[in-house]
Amino acid sequence: MIHFDNVTKVYPTQKRPALDGVSIDVDKGEFVFLVGPSGSGKSTFLRLVLKEEKPTKGRVHVAGKDLARLSNWKVPHLRRRIGCVFQDFRLLPNKNVFENVAFALEVIGKPRRFIRKVVPEVVELVGLEGKSTRMPDELSGGEQQRVAIARAFVNRPQILLADEPTGNIDPATSIGIMKVLDRINRTGTTVVMATHDAAIVDSMRKRVIELEDGEVVRDQSRGVYGQAY
Amino acid sequence: MRAQFVLSEIWIGLRRNLTMTIAVIITVAISLALFGAGMLINQQVSEMRGFWNDRLSITVYLCTDTSQSNHCVENGPATDEDRAAIQADLEGMTQVSEVTYVTQAEAWKDFQERFSNQDALVEAAQEGDIPDNFRVKLADPEQYDAVQSAVENRAGVDSISNDQDVLDQFFALLDGLKWAALTVALVQLAAAALLIGNTIRLSAYSRRRETGIMRLVGASNFYIQLPFLLEGAISGLIGGIFAGGFIFATKFFLLDKIQTWFRFDVELSMGAVFYVIGMSIILGVLLCTIASFLTLRRYLRV
Repeated sequence: MIHFDNVTKVYPTQKRPALDGVSIDVDKGEFVFLVGPSGSGKSTFLRLVLKEEKPTKGRVHVAGKDLARLSNWKVPHLRRRIGCVFQDFRLLPNKNVFENVAFALEVIGKPRRFIRKVVPEVVELVGLEGKSTRMPDELSGGEQQRVAIARAFVNRPQILLADEPTGNIDPATSIGIMKVLDRINRTGTTVVMATHDAAIVDSMRKRVIELEDGEVVRDQSRGVYGQAY
Repeated sequence: MRAQFVLSEIWIGLRRNLTMTIAVIITVAISLALFGAGMLINQQVSEMRGFWNDRLSITVYLCTDTSQSNHCVENGPATDEDRAAIQADLEGMTQVSEVTYVTQAEAWKDFQERFSNQDALVEAAQEGDIPDNFRVKLADPEQYDAVQSAVENRAGVDSISNDQDVLDQFFALLDGLKWAALTVALVQLAAAALLIGNTIRLSAYSRRRETGIMRLVGASNFYIQLPFLLEGAISGLIGGIFAGGFIFATKFFLLDKIQTWFRFDVELSMGAVFYVIGMSIILGVLLCTIASFLTLRRYLRV
């Protein structure tokens, strides 16, 4: 599903590569934690998957497509297959829960009938049934993140990228978020989650890829956050 | 494509930048009005030129007993020989297409007819006041100099009047007006383009959250840009419609007045006016859309 082949990324203003010869394979339906300190290359990895950046060297394949050969006008179609969740939720403050989720479908031209049908389903999937008409500022952080996850998932992407989704949320609420992500993973969606949260990684016992200074230092199925050897 | 969604986005964009939008509309309206006025004057001038070129003539007045000019007083009134020689010379010139001899009686009659609506003028004059003359039609109205110098200062020739001189001054005035209008229009259009660029930039900035999310969920570039482009196009359209009003006003309060004052029989058709208005509106919409597009390429990463 995601295939990195010896990928190096050097940003123009920096000498040290953000990713240095990284080769990673993520299969369909996997749940992968991307761990490592700040500046280790986690965000660069996610940006490369979205083709927000181009690799300096090496090849990136996502959902069977070689991103180097994907022309710019096809990038939006790639992004429709990838859902994204961020630490800062990125909701539209002037739209309610339903409208925020529906926005993702409206802007890719889905018919209104379809939107009316699928949005409530997804809102229920993330555990926000009955809160469709709440505005973002009336919701807790955890609930806001659920809205963001619903928006990322409403178009049924093959891949869900989550960049520290629990970074702004207390540990108890984080467990709920992780349950939602796990539920999404069980529908067959590949989930890649970058995180600092050791407790979550340890409790989930999923595959862990650890980056340090742009290199993969550990790739372990059913791993934990810290060194386990 | 969901029309309702796009329309509501445009409405939000226009309303959020209301003051800038108004500034854009005013600038576009003024520049297009000047542009349209310039075009109208241009059309009027070319129609008048065509009209007059068919009718332009040189009139060679001959000396009579009552002629006052020094030249006539020295040489006395034109003799039959003078007249025959002048006529032969004029007819021999290649630049001349037609020579008509007008007797004093005919000239008097013509005068009466021409000023039939001004009794005082007709009553003040009498037969003989207007000398007999040659009315010379030119093959090419631009070549009047050659003809004029051929007969000037000859025995029996009093004076030569040339329609072209009068018209040239008038056309020069209109031409000046046209270029002034077009120059100001050009400067204003440049200002309008910059202003639109700024408005769209503000609009893109104030909606960067939305566009960021649109990008993320895979909205096409076209879909992301469309509300901004239409925002520009609508400002241009409204400005163009206002300009249309100004152009109508120019037609009725400037050009039609000029026609009445100068007694021209050429009137611009409504078709010509609508053509100018149509061109102005199209120009306005295109200018605004292109300015928006260029701005977006710089300020809206897609």
